[in-house]
Amino acid sequence: MSGKITLADAPEGRMVKVINIRGGWGVRQRLSQLGIYPGDIIRVVRSGAFRGPVYIDVNGNGIAIGRGVASHIEVEEV
Amino acid sequence: MRIALLGQPNSGKSTIFNSVAGYKSVTSNFPGKTVEYTKTRVNFEGNYFELVDLPGTYSLTSFDLAELEARNYILSGEVDVVINVVDASLLSRGLELTIQLLELEIPSLLVLNMIDDAKKKGIYIDREKLEKVLGIPVVETIAVKGVGLKDVFRIAIEVGKKSQKPKPLLYRKDIEKVIDKLLSILPSELDSLGLPKRFLTVKLLEKDTYIIEKVLTKVPSFKEEIEKHQRILEKTHGKPSDLVISGERHALSMDIFERVAKVKKPKINFVERIDDFVLNKYLGYLILVFVLYAYFNFIFKIGVLIETPITSLFDQFNTFVSAHLGQTLIASILEGIVQGLSGGIGIVIPYLVPFLIGLSLLEDIGYLPRIAYLMDVFMHRIGLHGKAIIPFILGYGCNVPAIMATRILEEPRDRFITAFLATFIPCSARITIIYGLAAYFISPNAALFIFFFNILVIAIIGKILNKILPFSSPGMILEIPRYHIPSIKVVLAKTWLRMKDFIYIAWPLLIVGSIILSLLQYYKIDILLNKILTPITVWILGLPQFVGTTLIFGVLRKELSMIMLMQAAGTNDIIKVMTPEQIFVFTIFVVFYIPCVATIAVLAGEFGWKKSTVITIFSIGLASFLGFIFRLWFLFF
Repeated sequence: MSGKITLADAPEGRMVKVINIRGGWGVRQRLSQLGIYPGDIIRVVRSGAFRGPVYIDVNGNGIAIGRGVASHIEVEEV
Repeated sequence: MRIALLGQPNSGKSTIFNSVAGYKSVTSNFPGKTVEYTKTRVNFEGNYFELVDLPGTYSLTSFDLAELEARNYILSGEVDVVINVVDASLLSRGLELTIQLLELEIPSLLVLNMIDDAKKKGIYIDREKLEKVLGIPVVETIAVKGVGLKDVFRIAIEVGKKSQKPKPLLYRKDIEKVIDKLLSILPSELDSLGLPKRFLTVKLLEKDTYIIEKVLTKVPSFKEEIEKHQRILEKTHGKPSDLVISGERHALSMDIFERVAKVKKPKINFVERIDDFVLNKYLGYLILVFVLYAYFNFIFKIGVLIETPITSLFDQFNTFVSAHLGQTLIASILEGIVQGLSGGIGIVIPYLVPFLIGLSLLEDIGYLPRIAYLMDVFMHRIGLHGKAIIPFILGYGCNVPAIMATRILEEPRDRFITAFLATFIPCSARITIIYGLAAYFISPNAALFIFFFNILVIAIIGKILNKILPFSSPGMILEIPRYHIPSIKVVLAKTWLRMKDFIYIAWPLLIVGSIILSLLQYYKIDILLNKILTPITVWILGLPQFVGTTLIFGVLRKELSMIMLMQAAGTNDIIKVMTPEQIFVFTIFVVFYIPCVATIAVLAGEFGWKKSTVITIFSIGLASFLGFIFRLWFLFF
C-alpha cells in the first residue's frame, strides 16, 4: 500500500484516512469513544511544536492526541 | 422516583442539573471534570423525584474511574429513568453512548442539547424520525438558556411512571448471530450479577475487563466459551473483537445520523481561527505566559487594594482594645475573635475571590484543555502527559479538587505521581500567605520567585518520582471543546460555590482557632508547644520561637498559619517582629509543609492511608530542608 504513514508524521492541514490502530485495548477504546475508527477520514489541523501532540478534527470536533499515541495510528493521505 | 443524567463530557448535563438544583454541581468546560455524582431532591410541578448528575462518560465500557462509577450507578438498579444528554452538534458520536444505554433496558429519554450550536454547524435533526428509530422520546433543549428543560422533566416523569423499557438496536446479522449464540449459553449463575443479558454478552465480546473479571469469578470455566466467540468475530472481520463491536456501534450511529440529520455547509469556523493563535507553536506559549502572568497580577492588585485599609482598621481596633481592657481574659478572647474575623475579611477574601473568579473564567471559556495541549511536551519530561496539568492548575485553587481531578488520568501510577506533586502546589490559602507575607512585606518579586521556585521543586520531585516509578504512560487523548462565552451568572455562582466552603467551614475554624490561641497565650500553654517545636522552628529554620503554634494550626487550614502568626506576634505588621529573611523562610516552609487535613483525608480516600502518610512525612522533610537551605543562603550571601 502506498503512502502509509503514522499520524505523528502526517503533514499539517491534510485529510488522512485511518488505516489501523496499533496498541492495546485501552487505547483502541479511548480512540473509538472519540469517534476515531479505521476507515474514518480525519483532518490534521496542526502538529504540535517540539514533538507535542497532534491536533485533529473529527467531524468538526477538535481532539488532541499525544505523539506517542499518534505514532500508533497508521494513516494514509487522501 | 430517581432520575439520572447520563451523557458524554461537555454535553451539558451539569447545566441541566443546576437549572433545577440551584447551584450544586460544578460545571466546567473540561472533559471529565465531574468525577463524583451529585444528587438533589426536586419538586417539579407537584412531582417529587431525586435527580442525580453522573460523571461524563464517553461510553459504557468501563475505562476510567469516572466512567466506571457512572455505569455502576446506573446498573445498581436504583435508577428509574435515565435522561441521556447529547450535544446535538456531535449527535453521531453521542449516539454511540445511547446505543449502549438502550442495551441496559432502563426507561430512558434522549435530550438533544445545544440544538442552536448544531444549527450553527449546519446540522438539522429530524426529531420525530429519531424518536422512531430509537424508540424513546427525544427532546430538544438549549440548557444554558433554559429552553426546553420543562419538557425534559415532564417527559422523564411520564416515562418513569409508565416504566417503558426500551429495546436494544440490532447490529448486522453475522454479529447478532454470535451474540445470540453466546447469550444462549450464558450460565445461570450469572443472573445474580443483575445485568441485562444482551448487555452482558456484548461487553464480553468487547473484552470489557471489569465485566469479564466479574463473570470469571462466578464461573471460571466460562472463559473458553467467551474466547471462542471472540475468535469467531476476529476471524470473520480480521480485527480484534472489541474493535468489531465498537466499530459496529460506530457504523450504526453514523447510519442513524445520516437517516435523521441533514448537514448543510457550516458558517465559517471562526473558533479554529482563534486557535491558530492560542495553539500556535510559539505564539501559544507566549499567550499562555501572558495569561498566567496577567492572572496572578490581577489577583495581587485587587488583593492589596482591599487588604491594606481593612487590616490597618482591625489593627487599630486591637490596640484600642488592649489599651482599654488591658491583659484580661475577656480582652484576649475579644482579640482572638477580631483576629479571626479580620483574617477572613482582610486577608483571605481579597485574594481568594479574584482567584476563584479568574479560574472560573478560564474554565468556562475552555482554556484549560488548551493549556493541556500546550503543556503536553513539558509534562512528558516528568513522565506524565498533558492532562496532568489540569489537577495542577486546579491545585492553585484548592488541593482537594485537584486530587479528585487526578481521576481524569488513566494510569494509577500517573494518578499517584500527579496527586503527590499536586499537594505541593500552593493552594489559594497558601497563595494568600505568599501574597500576604512575601509580597506584602518583602516585594512582589519575592512572591513571584516563590511561585517559580515552587514549580522548579515540583519538576525536580517529578523527575525523581519518574525514576523511582518508571513507566511510559500511553499518552494523551484529549478532546478540545469549543470555546464558550462564559455567562456571568455561572461564573459568579461557581465562585460562590467554591467560596462557601471557606465561609462556612474555614472561617468559623479561623475564629475558633484564634480564640484558642488567645487562650493558650493567656494561660501560657503556647510557650510549651513552641518549646516542643523548637528543633524545627528555631534550630533548623532560624525563626522566632512563637511561630511554633501557628504551624500546628496551619495543618487544619493553611490560611490559619498566617493569621495565627499575626495573632501570635500580637500585630498584623509582622515586619516589626521578624526580619524579611525570616518571613521568607517561614513562607517557604508553609508552602511546602504538610498538606492540610482535608487534603490528607482526600489523599487517603483516593490512595490509602499508607501513601497519604508517606506524602505527609515527605512534605515535612522537604519543607524543613528547603527552609534550611534558604536560611543558609541568607546567612552567607
